[in-house]
Order: sequence, then C-alpha cells, then structure tokens
Amino acid sequence: MFKQLMSVATILAATTAYAGGHSAATEITLWHAMGGQLGEITNELANRFNASQSDYKLTPVYKGGYEDTMTAGIAAFRAKQQPHVIQIFDAGAATIINAKGAVLPVEDLLNQYGVGFDANNYIAGVRNFYADNAGTMVGMPFNSSTPVLYYNKEAFTKAGLTLPPATWEDFETRVAPALKKAGYVALAQSHTPWIFSENFHSRHNLQMATANNGFGGLNAEILYNNPAMQTHFQKLVDWQKEGFYKYYGRAWGDNQAPFAAGEVAMWLGSSGSFGGLKQAAKFEFGTTYLPYWAAITNEPTGTFIGGAALFAMSGHDKKAYEGVAKFFEFLTNPEIQFYWHRETGYVPITNASYELAKSSGYYKENPDAEVGIQQLNLPVGDWSKGYQLGFYVQVREVMYGEYDKLFSGQQDVKTTFANIEKGGNELLRRFEKTYQ
Amino acid sequence: MPQPALMKRVQFSHSPIPYLFVLPQILIIGVFFLWPSLEAFRLSFFLEDPWGLSNQFVWFENYITIFEDPDYQSVFGSTVVFSVVVTFLSIGIALLLAVKVDGLLRFSMQYRPLLTWAYAVAPAVAGLVARFLYSPQIGPLYDWLNAGTDGWFEPRLDPMDAWLVLISGSVWKQISVNFIFILAGLQAIPRTVLEAALLDNPNGGRRFLSITLPLLAPTLFFLLVINISYAVFETFGVIDTVYPFGPPAGAETLVYKVYVDGFKGADLGGSSAQSVILMVIVLALTMIQFKYIEKRVHYT
Repeated sequence: MFKQLMSVATILAATTAYAGGHSAATEITLWHAMGGQLGEITNELANRFNASQSDYKLTPVYKGGYEDTMTAGIAAFRAKQQPHVIQIFDAGAATIINAKGAVLPVEDLLNQYGVGFDANNYIAGVRNFYADNAGTMVGMPFNSSTPVLYYNKEAFTKAGLTLPPATWEDFETRVAPALKKAGYVALAQSHTPWIFSENFHSRHNLQMATANNGFGGLNAEILYNNPAMQTHFQKLVDWQKEGFYKYYGRAWGDNQAPFAAGEVAMWLGSSGSFGGLKQAAKFEFGTTYLPYWAAITNEPTGTFIGGAALFAMSGHDKKAYEGVAKFFEFLTNPEIQFYWHRETGYVPITNASYELAKSSGYYKENPDAEVGIQQLNLPVGDWSKGYQLGFYVQVREVMYGEYDKLFSGQQDVKTTFANIEKGGNELLRRFEKTYQ
Repeated sequence: MPQPALMKRVQFSHSPIPYLFVLPQILIIGVFFLWPSLEAFRLSFFLEDPWGLSNQFVWFENYITIFEDPDYQSVFGSTVVFSVVVTFLSIGIALLLAVKVDGLLRFSMQYRPLLTWAYAVAPAVAGLVARFLYSPQIGPLYDWLNAGTDGWFEPRLDPMDAWLVLISGSVWKQISVNFIFILAGLQAIPRTVLEAALLDNPNGGRRFLSITLPLLAPTLFFLLVINISYAVFETFGVIDTVYPFGPPAGAETLVYKVYVDGFKGADLGGSSAQSVILMVIVLALTMIQFKYIEKRVHYT
C-alpha cells in the first residue's frame, strides 16, 4: 500500500514538474467536434503546430458532436470559462456571428495580431459563408465539405451504364430505370435539409431566404415554399413509389449504409465521406457533382460550403490572441491544408493549397478527391454564396420532421412546404426578437 | 406541573446533529435541483441570446408560443400515451413475474437474480440494446418483424414502429426495478393471512384480488409515482441512444423536445418554459396521486 502511494506521489510530482517546465508557453485551448479518425488528425495538427514554435501550446479538446460542442461553448462563455477557439458548424453560424461580443472576427484578429488578412487568398466558396452582414469574415473555415454524388461503378456496369447522371432529367429517364432493372434502388441521400433544400437552391442559383439569404439582416424569411422545391419533392415522392429513390429516415448513417452494402447504386453525401466510404465499400465507386434540373437552369452554380469553422472567442488577453492568430496562420499554410485535405477529404480552403494539391499530382491518382473543390469553384451566382439564418438548427429540425411525414406518406408536398414555411419563419422571428 | 416543562424542553433543545445529517442531502437538492429549477423559471420569462449578452423580459410570451404550437400539442398527447403505456406495462409485467416467482417452490432463488440483473442497466444502455436489437443492419428483431413482408416494420420512418422500439426498450429496463420492489412487498405479506384466505376460498384469482393486491397496494402506489416520473423524464436516455439523430416525426416526448430546443437549438427561454410546464405537470400528478390514490391505500 505504501509503495503504491509512493508511486502515485512520484507520478504526481513528475507531472507537476513536466507542466512547470512548459509554463513559459502560453496555453491555448481549442474545443472541437472531430471524433474518431478526424479527432486523431486534429490532434496531429496540434502536435505539428506545437512543434513548429515554442511560444504557444495548443490543447485540442473533443467536446462531442457539433451541437454538444456549441452548447459546451455557450455554457462556458456564460460562466466566463470559454476556450480560446471553438469549432461551430454551418447551421450554428448565425447563433455565434450575431452575438455581438462573443467572438473576435478572424479578419480583425489576423489584422491586429497576425500577418494580416486577404480574402482573396481563400477559395470563392468559403469567403462569404462565415462573414457577418458587413462582409467581415468572422469564422475561420476549418473542415469544409460540400454535397457530392457517389455512384457504385459495379452497379453501373451491371445496368449497362457508364456515366453518372448530370441532371435529374437524365436520372429519371436513363439512369434510374436501368438501375432498377438491374435490381438496385437507384438513389439514397443523407441530409434532406442540407442537400435537397439548402444546396438545391445554391446549385440552381435560387434565392433561399429574403434579405440576401439572411446576410442582410435578422428580418429574413425563408423561401422554401417555392415551385422549384415543390416540383423536386413531388418527383422524389414519385420516384419513391417507382423504386428509384428510398428514404431511410433522417439519420445520416442509415442512408449511407445501404450504399456501402451495395443495395443502393447512388448516394448523395458529403465530400468528406470519401475516406470512410473507401474503407466501408467493397466495390469501386466514383464521385460527381450534385445533379441539377435542366428545366430550372442551364447554368448551374456551385454548392454551399458545409462543415464547420473555428471562432476566436472574446475575453482573452493579447498574448493568447497572438497565439490564436499564429495557429490560424499555421492552418492556412498550404502544406498543412494539403495534409488535412488528403487525410480527411475536407476541401482545401486557400487557393495556394489547392494549387499545391494539383501540382503534387494528388488528383491524377485520386480524381474523385477533387470533385468537391471543383464543385465549390463552379461559377458563383447571386444565391450560391451562402446563407445565414437564426435558430437554423431548429429550422432544420422542423424540416426533418416535415420530410419524415412526407416520405412516410402522412402528408403531401403542399402541406409539407406550407408547414416548413410557417414553422421556419416563426423561429426566425423569434431569433430576430432575441438578438435585436 | 412537570408536563408542560417537559414539553418545553423537548421543543426547544433539539440537538443540531440531525440537521447536520440531512445537510448534505439538502445541499445537493439545493444546488442540483432547486437552483436550476428557479433559474429555468426565471429564464422562461425572458428572451435571452444563448451567450447571455442581452435579454428582455417578455412576460408569458414563451408560454403562449408553446401553447399555440400545434406540434407541441401533438407531442404532449403522445407523451401522455407513451407514459401511461410504459408505466402500465412495466408495473404489470413485473407484477406478473413477481407473483409467479413468489409462488415457486423450486428454483425461485435462481430466477430472482436473472430477473433483477437488468436493474443495474442505465436507460442509455437499455437504449443501446434496443438500438442493436431493432437495427436494420444487424438487428434480429428487425428481421423477424419484417419476415415475409415488404418492409412492414420501419422504425426509422414510421412513428408507431418507433414507439414500439422506445416502449419496449424503456419497459425492459424498468421491469427489474419494479420486480424487486413487488417481490419484497409480496414476501412481507404475512403467510398466516394468505393461509387463512386459502381456507376461505380456493380460487387463486379471487384471493389475489381481495387479499394480496390490497396488501401490496403501498408498494404499488410507490411504484406508480416512481414509474410515471421515469416514463416522463428518464426515458430520454432511451430515446437519445436509439435515435442519436432524433426519432422520426411523431415519436418525440416532451423531455426530448426540451433537449432539442434548448441544447441543440440554443433557445433558452423557450425550452425553459417547456421545462417549467413539465415540472408543473409532474408536481400536479404527484399531488393528485397522494390526494386521491393514496387514500385508497392501506398501510399495515
């Protein structure tokens, strides 16, 4: 017993000495939502940053899913125990960007404490998404992804097909019937609000919300209840009856699994799903752009950037902010961006890093890895820059619920969108009142 | 007159030690229950941004929004049905099992631990078990229920099927707790009474209804109170683990909605108002139970 106590004491003394030895470095904490393999790569980023200099020590802390991380950050901020940097996802962006005084915008941070900031260094798709209504970039895009179409090449060969569908018309007349004949469900999709609603508008350059998609002010109203959406979802319901499309509920994995198992021939998911699918699927698959309706547009635009960004929280001292600025600069380093892109499948966010990935020959070996970033670099339309809507996590909940009811046959398309419009706008009004 | 003097002494010179003993409990209740409840009550009258940077007093607006929300009304209705079904089944099945085990002459000692081990299972673990059993990819129950049909059972989509999963998971976890209490209650019934009853009436069912059940009533009443609050509150763990992305539309309970609006959606005022409503409901239920049902319970 005495021996055990002694060894515990030794360990404690050693740890204290160790921590003491590093007390010269300023501690920076990063709260993130990157679990599993992504978490390991995030830790590796921190290790590399810490090894690259000795003034600052970055400690990444995994806080659970996106929502858990945001909630933890909110609770910590209220208790004045906030971390230096927090990762907030796309749907939560308005919650943090509109909270005046909760964060130090990345643009100001880099101008004040770092080497400066130039928006033109970033690829088009990420410049606007995490900006406030004055155009100042508030969040530092971290893990950026976008929806793409994955297709099972074996299934395509069996069905006598080679090319994946570029348009939904093509899907309906050529691809889906052939796949059905070959014994496959043609299509599944993992995030109805993100892929079939938000990015549906971006891809067709359709306005998604008033007040400049919400960037123009808190008085925005969603415009989901429009003919294009109604037609698209009516088609989905028809395809569901035909056996072309199957809705496996709202959970991401439940829709991805049948594709990985080879029951479903095409799946709409995230460009960031590439690495995971590569491990799970026992067949060769390809990636391509999110299809569009030729009936709506002949000049399809790019998609929104999804994923999450890093925010520097307010209430810290100058020394700490210098460290955060250093870390953000480190993250935009082309080598680091390329590493992150290669290991995770998330897209590179600066032009320099994209160029590096191209010149390295990475895309020659892995053409599918480039699809996400190519799609983000498609012509930018007025309505493909992004959106910023309050309580959007709950707006998405409303959409999930209404889509559940639609695809389980409990209600029709008209009711679905009327309910989404009503429920969504009530939440937006509530947000406007809360933040005014 | 020594009597009043004695009473006075008894009244005013309590030792402080008993208070010390209950102090930790009172502190825990104060810090982890009373304070958060009061804070929820306060917040329910405000519209406050989640970061606490600004707020405004809005009187009963949060409550009005909730009561005008048709979605809330339907969740309310399904929570009531869910809670009644879960409470009824958990107590009912446990009662049946306990009576059967109590009547056993042999192997009773072997059955007891088998029926009670699930007591140690947390709601979240029960949820995980249900999730695996009903999983479309690996769940045997999913396959059996769908055997010979064209996707008849679809708990990812159909709210009724989702309720089946949630109810069975919640009930399974709770049966063993109830079983322990009921078995203990049964064994506390004096054998002499039961033997006397046996002489009067050989009909087992009749004896159970007029002798055993009334004598078991204090236990059952206690379990009723405990199980209703389990069904309303604690089943959250089951729901959240079976459906980490949320159950299909129409299969949420009130507590789950509080979580979605408060924790996922960061709407503090709205979700606080919802929790206050929940608190009031459970308080009212408990009071009704004590006022009306307990009157019919006879303690021996």
